[in-house]
Amino acid sequence: MESFRSLTVTQRDQILVEQQVFDIFKTFYNLPPSSQSFMLELQRENHVEYLTKGLTGLGPSFCVLDANRPWICYWILHSIALLDEFVDPELEDNTIDFLSRCQMPHLATTYAAVNSLVTLGGEKALSSINREKLYMFLRQMKDASGGFRMHDGGEIDVRACYTAISVASLLNILDDELVQNVGNYILSCQTYEGGISGEPGSEAHGGYTFCGLATMILINEVDSLDLSGLTDWVVFRQGVEGGFQGRTNKLVDGCYSFWQGGIFALLKRLNSTKEVKPIPLGDGEGSGEESPQTTTSSDAAGEEGLNGDLSLGGSHSEIGDQHNTSSQDNVIDIDHNHSKGHANVEPLFNSLALQQYILLCSQELNGGLRDKPGKSRDHYHTCYCLSGLSVCQRSWLEDEDSPPLPRAVLGPYSNLLEPIHPLYNVVLDRYREAYEFFTKS
Amino acid sequence: MDSREDDGGEPLSRMAEWRDVTPLPQDDGPNPVVPIAYKEEFRETMDYFRAIYKADERSPRALRLTRRAIHLNPGNYTVWHFRRLVLEALNADLDEELDFLQRIANSNSKNYQLWHHRRWVVERLGANARAKELNLIKKILSIDAKNYHAWSHRQWVLQALGGWEDELDYCQQLLEEDIFNNSAWNQRYFVVTRSPYLGGLKAMRASEVRYTVEAILANPNNECPWRYLQGLYKDDVKALVNDPEISSVCLKVINTKNNYVFALKMLLDLLCHGFQPCHEFRDSVVALRTSDTDPLGPDLSMAICDILEHVDSLRASYWIWRKNKLSVAAV
Repeated sequence: MESFRSLTVTQRDQILVEQQVFDIFKTFYNLPPSSQSFMLELQRENHVEYLTKGLTGLGPSFCVLDANRPWICYWILHSIALLDEFVDPELEDNTIDFLSRCQMPHLATTYAAVNSLVTLGGEKALSSINREKLYMFLRQMKDASGGFRMHDGGEIDVRACYTAISVASLLNILDDELVQNVGNYILSCQTYEGGISGEPGSEAHGGYTFCGLATMILINEVDSLDLSGLTDWVVFRQGVEGGFQGRTNKLVDGCYSFWQGGIFALLKRLNSTKEVKPIPLGDGEGSGEESPQTTTSSDAAGEEGLNGDLSLGGSHSEIGDQHNTSSQDNVIDIDHNHSKGHANVEPLFNSLALQQYILLCSQELNGGLRDKPGKSRDHYHTCYCLSGLSVCQRSWLEDEDSPPLPRAVLGPYSNLLEPIHPLYNVVLDRYREAYEFFTKS
Repeated sequence: MDSREDDGGEPLSRMAEWRDVTPLPQDDGPNPVVPIAYKEEFRETMDYFRAIYKADERSPRALRLTRRAIHLNPGNYTVWHFRRLVLEALNADLDEELDFLQRIANSNSKNYQLWHHRRWVVERLGANARAKELNLIKKILSIDAKNYHAWSHRQWVLQALGGWEDELDYCQQLLEEDIFNNSAWNQRYFVVTRSPYLGGLKAMRASEVRYTVEAILANPNNECPWRYLQGLYKDDVKALVNDPEISSVCLKVINTKNNYVFALKMLLDLLCHGFQPCHEFRDSVVALRTSDTDPLGPDLSMAICDILEHVDSLRASYWIWRKNKLSVAAV
């Protein structure tokens, strides 16, 4: 066999990204502490400004996303909700009105529209959803194989299954007709690597793995998956940069902070000692209020985390050579006495490393988040980087409702985002409201 | 994007051909959200499209109009869907349709609608379209060897129309170019397990193991062949544990004291599945210990977890979790 001394495309691309990322980290570590604190701050105001501008007007180059405007709505509204901000009531009304006019039924845009309306919340938004019509549409999209088509005559894949089941579950219209054989289809998409692919035979991929796992949980068939194989695959999708890649040997991308990171939130619930059912979280427990900030920002996880093994030096090819005797222990030994009686778990991924990637590499200081340094910000990445950040901050909690310990939040505690429901990726409070609404009616 | 067939980009409102049609504006409501500031050409084209769509006019000019709309926004699934209806109604030449798709392929290689449309066309053309299709996909993969849509489409063509004979060679070629290309490894698995010419996984296993072991030794830090190796023994864990080639490659890599994370991991997995190691394994693992790790306990699996916790520190909590599961499993 030939020697592979010269670099392959994969190696070259990876090295280029690592260089950029490590330059950022190196610069960061050489800054004085006050500048470091600033760099780790989530630029809330700038993000909100970028997001609201998007809601009110997009430039002509967006015409290629024309059929995807419900998605843009969701990405923006969800991001705003994560930041615990609100949308102007007039804009809210307009959004509800717009979403009700969406033309040809398509599962992905339906998912986006429903999630947008749930995120907006309130009687008007929730009652604007015609559940009967939607149920008929879902039945029509159901295929004999068990999967779902994205639209009339459209493609069948794991994404379509997730969008259909997620919407049905959220709106309380999930039934046996919709569920039957979905599990078998998704099972046939778990690959030899352990992750899940879009279609049987394709490559294991973060987006589809999230969709597949979430769907299996929603239909209560998650035990037929090889969960240890899945866990083993996803754990290795986190790279030296701290962020996640979508597939083996591909490049890190901020959006996988949610698609891959969210998988851990799902697995956590499965591994938990509590009885796991698709019910609202924090049922009667916890006030849902955040505890007042009891620590100063200099005490925050940021500093401790910095001293911990976040200097993920060494390139991918030197993994075996790392002799990093980590003060990882600082970060990992959460003092259970401080947990105020709420159980804490150890996240299976490196939460602080991911937060570091999101804040230092994905965040644009003047608003918006992106795939990686060198790429432009967009609403999709803003949504999923922030969703991933929310998951990270609460990754030590068994109960998503409780306020996280300061050391779980990289940067100032004010970086804390709203908790999400990991199965649907809507803000938890809005999920609860929708659950109440659709259970009653 | 190619626009040769685009009526020269002339405004439709000024064309005699379209005089009888009243364009239908988009109904976004009085106060649209996420409004896109459409350029005039886009807005006009879509207004005419809406009119034709509403009237369900499946004519040659409707076909041309969909092409124009696709150029401006290849993401609009309604336009693609309608184009299919028109192609059917006109009994159009689908080879020409493939040529059209080919021209816009490069700039739309990640567009779901385009790939789906290709499938629809190729399905109707049947086996005759196979060679051309496999060739086109090769071209796209030569630009981006990991394009997810291209690979899914390729798998669909093989399963629907055949063409398996050269596929293993194709994977081989791609892996020679880039042994880290996980898509090529995945395709290799697809071919080895499903090709009607190869006899199935068990029959291919021995030669595949040899190939994979060679790839591992060349780049032990490459995750792909390690996962592929495990894949070769899917649903046959006993055979995995009993294959001396597997444990042997782990030992070889561990002994180099370099890039051994996956080797240690594989050894851990083997032990969890009941592998009985000879003393050589323990000696090699112990030799990895650096001064800052605690003395390794008697249990080899736990010792491996301890080492991995330190050398793969990014995943320290995973290795601790694996270790805890060991003590639970231990009788």
